[in-house]
Amino acid sequence: MMTSFLFRTLDARAGIFIGLMLAAVVLVPALNLLVPEGSTFHVPTYAVTLMGKYLTYALLALSVDLVWGYCGILSLGHGAFFALGGYAMGMYLMRQIGTRGVYGDPVLPDFMVFLNWKELPWYWYGFDMFPFAALMVLLAPGILAFVFGWFAFRSRVTGVYLSIITQALTYALLLAFFRNDMGFGGNNGLTDFKDIFGFDIQAGTTRAGLFAASGLALVVCFLICRAVTRSKLGKVLVAVRDAESRTRFLGYRVEHYKLFVWTLSAMMAGIAGALYVPQVGIINPGEFAPANSIEVVIWVAVGGRGTLVGAVLGAILVNFSKTWFTAALPEIWLFALGGLFVVVTLFLPKGLLGLMDKGWSAVRRRPAKDTAAHRAEPQPAE
Amino acid sequence: MTRQTSLLYLDGVSVSFDGFKALNDLSLVIAPGEMRAIIGPNGAGKTTMMDVITGKTKPDSGEVYFNGVVDLTGEDEASIAELGIGRKFQKPTVFESHTVWDNLELALKAPRGPFATLFHIISGAEKSRIEELLTLIRLSDKRDELAANLSHGQKQWLEIGMLLAQDPKLLLVDEPAAGMTDAETMETAELLKDIARTHSVVVVEHDMHFIRALGVKVTCLAEGSVLAEGSLDHVSANERVVEVYLGR
Repeated sequence: MMTSFLFRTLDARAGIFIGLMLAAVVLVPALNLLVPEGSTFHVPTYAVTLMGKYLTYALLALSVDLVWGYCGILSLGHGAFFALGGYAMGMYLMRQIGTRGVYGDPVLPDFMVFLNWKELPWYWYGFDMFPFAALMVLLAPGILAFVFGWFAFRSRVTGVYLSIITQALTYALLLAFFRNDMGFGGNNGLTDFKDIFGFDIQAGTTRAGLFAASGLALVVCFLICRAVTRSKLGKVLVAVRDAESRTRFLGYRVEHYKLFVWTLSAMMAGIAGALYVPQVGIINPGEFAPANSIEVVIWVAVGGRGTLVGAVLGAILVNFSKTWFTAALPEIWLFALGGLFVVVTLFLPKGLLGLMDKGWSAVRRRPAKDTAAHRAEPQPAE
Repeated sequence: MTRQTSLLYLDGVSVSFDGFKALNDLSLVIAPGEMRAIIGPNGAGKTTMMDVITGKTKPDSGEVYFNGVVDLTGEDEASIAELGIGRKFQKPTVFESHTVWDNLELALKAPRGPFATLFHIISGAEKSRIEELLTLIRLSDKRDELAANLSHGQKQWLEIGMLLAQDPKLLLVDEPAAGMTDAETMETAELLKDIARTHSVVVVEHDMHFIRALGVKVTCLAEGSVLAEGSLDHVSANERVVEVYLGR
């Protein structure tokens, strides 16, 4: 039943997307590990890690698109859920270091020894076991989102006010995690990881494995988002986005729907964070910075809001250009990036995917004028 | 009529916004199966009355009972809708980025919880009910059209269709004929009379031809309370009604 629930809604675009993702999951690690280094087809390990990082950003963008594109909740604080997932993973990786730390303490991470702590705080218990840490990757962002959403949605906080409190949420966490006595490494965060599941975290094979895991997580979460948005529940979400009070008068409890999709989205952001941390090798309070969360919204807008595939495309494209601009145009890369955002918001209100759709229907219109005229979608005047 | 035998019972309801009395000691009783037309000048409190019944606005004082026993002042919009009160807004409000079909499917009487809708698969009975409604509101050939692309009159009809899909005991219909041509207005009146055979209906309308075509008991509101009640001829003969509403 679960499989038919996940797959019953696939169309051509979703199929192409999943096909490409699965091909990348197989090909990139293969080209990295099996092709000798001198060959033109060899993918260097640093590139694998970089692409793996893009995929975790893409998953984060996907989670933002689920709440913003389909339910109209503009979250400017999704970075908080991403970072919480990252911290849960980071805590597991810290406990894996064991006696190999600078101070050689078998239980306490270095920063605790440095702060003269004598024993592990209670909330670090259990993080030496991966299943527990994995559960926390989902529960820490999930519970925070549930509690936050419970109060916000029940009080009918919407629109720009909700966006502002999501900013406040991530900013409050930023300040809290900066404090040393929080027990999460303060300013420096968690780093110096040695291995994951017993594999060396720096090794090429581990990097390739993390890339593949990120790709698979993205595909699975995409399928879940797709099934959710194509179900009747997804139609209710869009109804809430377009006419919230009308939905209430039809008898739907809008706050329950928002809470469901908000919590689901926060958990996906947590998974993205958990996959991000072992690939970049560090998690610190900087990940809670409000600017990070705003950037995610821009990725989604660039790719095309409310399309899922667009969010992934936008995240990968913007981050790739960021990497490329910083290397190719170090002086003006910020201007180039800013220009890209201005162009997209001014000329591509539906993002890159909207542009592709428009181009595609223009190509199809030429041979068959009548069918295009009857298309259900409202076409903007050209 | 007593509260126990009524379908909708408003007694002494008052609502004020920043000192302005939108409803002032309003009392109104609708019997089961009844169709009632509400008229009155702008600002008479017609829409506020609907807001109070559907839970959007809480009254400052007074009683609002549904089915004789359910106190509506303690319920929110969603539970009032679940109890069986459907509402059509003054400005047609349909889900513009959904198709006509999806609009009706969302309105269709079914469990409203998130998990029920997540795993919902449309049944044959539901499909044939939607087909029926499409025929009734004459939008069968527009079923795959986005609601945004409908004309104003079609949106009004779609919203009435959505009301029917909910299968409520009581329909509150706010200005169904607004912005319609004369022919469409008369068709809408016929449709409502048809609906009133199996449902209780409260219609708010300005169009006197429309009210006459309905041929039901009329209540005239002014300044938040009932000015006159009775047949259309009786009400329009009332001097106060002529003065504040029908005009000079």
